[in-house]
Amino acid sequence: MTLMTSTRQNEPSAMPLPNDERPKKIEIEGLRKSFGKIEVLKGISLEACQGDVVAILGASGSGKSTLLRCLNFLETPDAGTLSICGERITMPASAKGRMIQVDRQTLIRIRTRAAMVFQSFNLWSHMTVLENVIEAPIQVQRRPRAVCVAEAEAVLARVGLAEKRHTYPAMLSGGQQQRVAIARALAMRPEVLLFDEPTSALDPELVGEVLTVMRSLADEGRTMLVVTHEMGFARHVSSRTVFLHQGLVEEEGPSADVFANPKSERFRQFIRRIEV
Amino acid sequence: MDSYDLLFGGGRWWIPLSEGALTTVTIAASGFVLGAIFGSALALMRLGGNAVARRLADIYTTTLRGIPDLLVIYLLYFGGSGALGLIGGFFGATGFIGIPTFATGALALGVVSAAYQAEVFRGAFKAIARGELEAGRACGMSGPAMFRRIVAPQALRFALPGLGNVWQLILKETALISVVGLVELMRAAQVGAGSTRQPFLFYLSAFVLYLVITSISGRLFARAEAICARPYRRA
Ligand SMILES: Nc1ncnc2c1ncn2[C@@H]1O[C@H](COP(=O)(O)OP(=O)(O)OP(=O)(O)O)[C@@H](O)[C@H]1O
Ligand SMILES: [Mg+2]
Repeated sequence: MTLMTSTRQNEPSAMPLPNDERPKKIEIEGLRKSFGKIEVLKGISLEACQGDVVAILGASGSGKSTLLRCLNFLETPDAGTLSICGERITMPASAKGRMIQVDRQTLIRIRTRAAMVFQSFNLWSHMTVLENVIEAPIQVQRRPRAVCVAEAEAVLARVGLAEKRHTYPAMLSGGQQQRVAIARALAMRPEVLLFDEPTSALDPELVGEVLTVMRSLADEGRTMLVVTHEMGFARHVSSRTVFLHQGLVEEEGPSADVFANPKSERFRQFIRRIEV
Repeated sequence: MDSYDLLFGGGRWWIPLSEGALTTVTIAASGFVLGAIFGSALALMRLGGNAVARRLADIYTTTLRGIPDLLVIYLLYFGGSGALGLIGGFFGATGFIGIPTFATGALALGVVSAAYQAEVFRGAFKAIARGELEAGRACGMSGPAMFRRIVAPQALRFALPGLGNVWQLILKETALISVVGLVELMRAAQVGAGSTRQPFLFYLSAFVLYLVITSISGRLFARAEAICARPYRRA
């Protein structure tokens, strides 16, 4: 069992791999988040073990980004328990949006272990590609510069951009920028990668190069949570698929099962609408 | 004596004139730096979450941009002298005590230009892409680290054109400080004009010197802008 949701918690027999011994990288229990009066996440529970590639699908506004952003505390959840790469945090039960205080060292551990890749790349425009990639390892993780540079060159080669290391982001195409952003995330030696619609801001002809990199990361056994509208990625690359609807998990399971036999009518319609 | 002799020959008026020009540049630079310090503090107040601080900074910028700079200079000079007089009286001194004109002038330029620089810095901060700050937060950077590594370098770059304008403004305002007796370029020209009865020659010389100062500093700003703009140029 690699990932479970609130809908299945009482059905242990439904777990496909009861003897799964892989460490759990992410456990979410009863996660809630409101913005003002609008409750965006209404009690989400799911898990991801090492090596899982979880595709998170859902209509616009269903709370996908909010879910991802709660995982590294870019948003502060109102309630629920999060275990992120070994850091377990229980939110106050109040739904008042009260700030909980996660201490700085814990926050750094969470944010460097669960690295985020954004839809709009968000590279630092005053830094070269290489400077972007070594920034967090040096400034946040305080690793020696020489090591960081060597590793940065390796991850840049990995995403096919070694020769661009002294270029500024503005000179790169969107696809190249997103690959730098992936390299920047990898340079922190994260345990989990969080992707929020990494290809949605790209021209169609540039989507492929980013997906290729993501597929290679999946193939090497990386743990990834990927919010996406790329059905091909969800179907063929992700190991599990989660479908959110109005802040709740509407459907989830191994991607092959979920796409072959969707249980939820809404998910069936969602696939049909997107894939036409 | 002809004009050349007055200035460079036996008259040697080029010396007080260039000393005045040097004073103009020094006091302008001092005022600019003071204004940058006050101005960035004001900008932080205006951008920050504290409503009272925001309101105070708001009032400061609107007031200081609305009143004549000459008034600020007089207020600081006579206010400062008055305060000194009070203290002096306490120790038995009598009469008017003048306070250092250079310090007063630099402070006045700083106080006035802070209002403009605050606006420049605020705009520059707003020009930074929000996503870049979010990326900093997402990889665990602290607030101060983000300020140092992401905000400051980019805000400075976006502020440069505006700062260049403020600098030119300050250069012109320095002439006002002659009213409290500081011998800067304008005052030096007046002195020369008065004692040689050749006003046009001296004001023309001042004109040329001001022109040299503005064009050199303008070129320096343009150069700095070009260097800082490099990362943002598209292929
Ligand atoms: N910071 C915020 N303040 C107020 N409301 C917000 C905020 N962030 C998100 N929301 C609201 O929460 C809801 C869910 O947003 P979210 O971005 O998580 O959706 P999403 O599933 O990622 O959608 P999309 O596919 O458009 O990216 C939306 O109605 C959105 O307007
Ligand atoms: Mg989103």
